[in-house]
Amino acid sequence: MADSSTDTSLPDDSRQDWADGIFDVLKSFELTQASYVPDGGHVRLIERFQADESIAAISLTTEEEGVAQSAGAWLGGARSVLLMQSSGVGNCINMLSLIKHCKFPFLTLITMRGEWGEFNPWQVPMGSVVGDCLSLMGVTVMRADRPEEVVQTVRSAASMAFLGGTPCAVLLSQSLIGAKDFTK
Amino acid sequence: MTDKIKDRLDRRAVVAALLRGRSNAIVVSALGAATYDVADVGDHDRNFYLWGAMGGAAMIGLGLALAQPDIPVIVVTGDGEMLMGMGSFATLALQNPGNLSVVVLDNGLYGETGSQETHAAFGADLAKIAASCGLEDARTLTTMDDVETLAPRLHSLRDSPSVAVVKIAGGNKPKVMALRDGAINKGRLRAALGLPVE
Repeated sequence: MADSSTDTSLPDDSRQDWADGIFDVLKSFELTQASYVPDGGHVRLIERFQADESIAAISLTTEEEGVAQSAGAWLGGARSVLLMQSSGVGNCINMLSLIKHCKFPFLTLITMRGEWGEFNPWQVPMGSVVGDCLSLMGVTVMRADRPEEVVQTVRSAASMAFLGGTPCAVLLSQSLIGAKDFTK
Repeated sequence: MTDKIKDRLDRRAVVAALLRGRSNAIVVSALGAATYDVADVGDHDRNFYLWGAMGGAAMIGLGLALAQPDIPVIVVTGDGEMLMGMGSFATLALQNPGNLSVVVLDNGLYGETGSQETHAAFGADLAKIAASCGLEDARTLTTMDDVETLAPRLHSLRDSPSVAVVKIAGGNKPKVMALRDGAINKGRLRAALGLPVE
């Protein structure tokens, strides 16, 4: 185990306390669908969705499925959220045409890789341009770097999306998640 | 191993037969010929026409089906579009909504882009792929009798999703100019479901 001055890893699940705050906010918006591609940073939030019988927890094979499913949910009067990792944003680009052209509300929460303490350089090319890609496709981008920012930022994004109709993404900094430790 | 099924069906006749008896069903049509086929049956305020978002039709259907579990949702797509979103079969199987049907109009061709052959023309069997993903009610239809038998299932609520791959003839039909403004289409469908337009 590295000493604390170099340790950027995620020691245990306790650092994801903010995920419970996100869950409560989304429940307050009466969300009934949540789709995801499994991701270490979203472990706790995914488990909360899976445990809630009033929410369809939808495991995807690729992230763009969740963009289309979110649109379908809204067509049918339901609210949905898409959880993914930054690398998944690249998979969504053309499907975001659906959101932009049809003016669908859309909410996605993205755990960042390729930034804070990233050991794996393969994560950097996509991770470093996630915000730009989303902006180019008409998605408003917000960011939370500290645990205490997470709930308010997600509430703000959910309000803009579900009440205002603005597609919104919240980038959850890798400093919240911890860098994956490949040395262990 | 190019697919050599003879007497493939007329796509417009197939879609008309499947939608003729519709009452409350919602229909999502994939970009290209599927949208023209659905529009050719007659515009309807419960139709959602795609002109893009290739590979997403079945997943839009899933979101809708989960949101409106008492209303049949019928996705009409083509083999090329379904191949692009093939993983959605696995995702649909996990959710298993009994009000969702996916009709794949399979001519083995990318008709919109010059009729190049799709993987389905060389043996990729979308009904078997769907079945192996866990969608047990997946079948291939080759006759109008098969189509007529399927039709009432699409408009009913069942225990699990239905996938029907219909072997249709190649050759493009006249384009039917379905509603292209997706924002208006979205509002129209929501209003038809009694939801706020926005």
